[in-house]
Amino acid sequence: MSISKQLHTVTLDTDKCKGCVACMKRCPTEAIRVRNGKAQIHYEKCIGCGECVRICPHNAKKASFDDFDIIFDKKYKYRIALPAPSLYGQFEHLDNLNYLAEGLLKIGFDDIFEVARGAELVSEYTRKLFESGKLKTPVISTACPAIVELIMIRFHNLKDRLLNLLTPADISAKIAREEAVRKTGYKPEEIGVFFISPCPAKVHALKTGLCENNPVVDGVLSSSECYFRLLPAMKKVENPRDLSEIGVFGISWAFSGGEAASLLKDRYLAADGMENVLNVLKELENGKLAEGIEFIELNACVGGCVGGVLNVENPFVAKAKLMSQRKYLPISKNHLASYNRPDEFYVWEKAPELQDVMRLDENLDVAMEKLQRINRITELLPALDCGSCGAPSCRAFAMDVAEGTAKLTDCHRIDLDKILTLKG
Amino acid sequence: MTNEAKLRFEFDVDGDNFTSAGTASETVKYNLKQLGIAPDIIRRVAIVMYEGEINMVIHAKGGKAVVEIDSDEINITLKDVGPGIPDINLAMQEGWSTAPDNIRSLGFGAGMGLPNMKKYSDKMEIESVVGEGTTVKMCVKIRKEA
Repeated sequence: MSISKQLHTVTLDTDKCKGCVACMKRCPTEAIRVRNGKAQIHYEKCIGCGECVRICPHNAKKASFDDFDIIFDKKYKYRIALPAPSLYGQFEHLDNLNYLAEGLLKIGFDDIFEVARGAELVSEYTRKLFESGKLKTPVISTACPAIVELIMIRFHNLKDRLLNLLTPADISAKIAREEAVRKTGYKPEEIGVFFISPCPAKVHALKTGLCENNPVVDGVLSSSECYFRLLPAMKKVENPRDLSEIGVFGISWAFSGGEAASLLKDRYLAADGMENVLNVLKELENGKLAEGIEFIELNACVGGCVGGVLNVENPFVAKAKLMSQRKYLPISKNHLASYNRPDEFYVWEKAPELQDVMRLDENLDVAMEKLQRINRITELLPALDCGSCGAPSCRAFAMDVAEGTAKLTDCHRIDLDKILTLKG
Repeated sequence: MTNEAKLRFEFDVDGDNFTSAGTASETVKYNLKQLGIAPDIIRRVAIVMYEGEINMVIHAKGGKAVVEIDSDEINITLKDVGPGIPDINLAMQEGWSTAPDNIRSLGFGAGMGLPNMKKYSDKMEIESVVGEGTTVKMCVKIRKEA
């Protein structure tokens, strides 16, 4: 990861930004400050969860993704769409998933490989790992890259709990490219593989290679942009061919609890929404909560991937649609045996790297002095966490003051008497 | 280097409020992360503090937690004015619990609190007088960076 932050997950339209504190207060890693009336994103702390995009009342925060037209780049002789499981949930009356598959072919792709297929393989591989008895439980799902990055920043001691498997999108991209090379005779680089993403976190993870040595896709497109192209195209489809290859297990990865349910375990936990996830991680760190729980599925977005900010549909409505779409699907249509890949194909090519962004200094004594100072400053502050100083909390403000990036007088509610007594 | 505590935290552990139990350990954890203390040390501090806090809530209607950090070790003192422990040796046994049923139904009171506190700290001392209260002192050494 070394989170190549030059690739920004979220960008700011400074003309639209009013300098309100909505995004700053919402950010789970305190990566935003408001300076000179505009929000500032500290990318080294950004996990790409998209909370700021969701909350911004002025549409000033934008999630980054590739322009759809990149698929038409001449270097690609064969273009494959990788729809995320949550994409199906965006459409009304999609009783037959083949309409979506045909729609993707109409908007410019030559082929599709549904990510729900990769998801079924990851599910089966995880079940296999559980059966082997080698997993240290509870295992934490790695499907949501915002969670993986959050753990790398804030919960270093939970790193060993992460399931060391590639994501369904990674697996799907790799298989799709290999199959296309075989089918078309083109070189791997002549095949364009494009993931249709529900969220900026997946855009970032796939483009930088969170757990892969090299990115496995050629581009990551936004769910909503594809949605508006797909709608008219799907209306023109009359007799769709049998193109969709997914089962209940795969499609259910779209919502919270879907991955966990596919493991056929009784003792699992699924939490979604940043605040809930943070609470679970904190308890897990305290050594509680773990008793008997074998698997922990965490999704940064409320409802799971259906809650991704790049989607168009309300997450709960999308889930309801998926529930009815999956009704007549087989349990699982993809099995490890029929793909015949070695174990290395499914596991991390590299482990995600711990990020030391919380650490105040390399030297413990220097860090302690800084912390002392921060704690002293915090005591002077009103504990309102109002955000009007441009920092998300009084404590974050104290850190900024200690680091020299803010002035104590930026606090509008500071107790002047307290300071005067100190000075005197 | 002097052994004088460089950082000191004091918390009132609220005895009526189960949901807020753990806030002291949360704050300490956050500070230790900012210091760059090794994850396994933080984990041990988190466990012993959390267990201690919960114990004070269950048995003593709360108390005080003092955490002192210097460059060699983290010292945690938990002081309550609860009923006290009549037989400390018995209380240290795994699975021995006097927690009432309503607490056990919450998943606490499995009799692992004190044993875990001992297991995860480098040094632990308990002083307890029946009717007056209990003081638990725990020390976790900070491993020097290799």
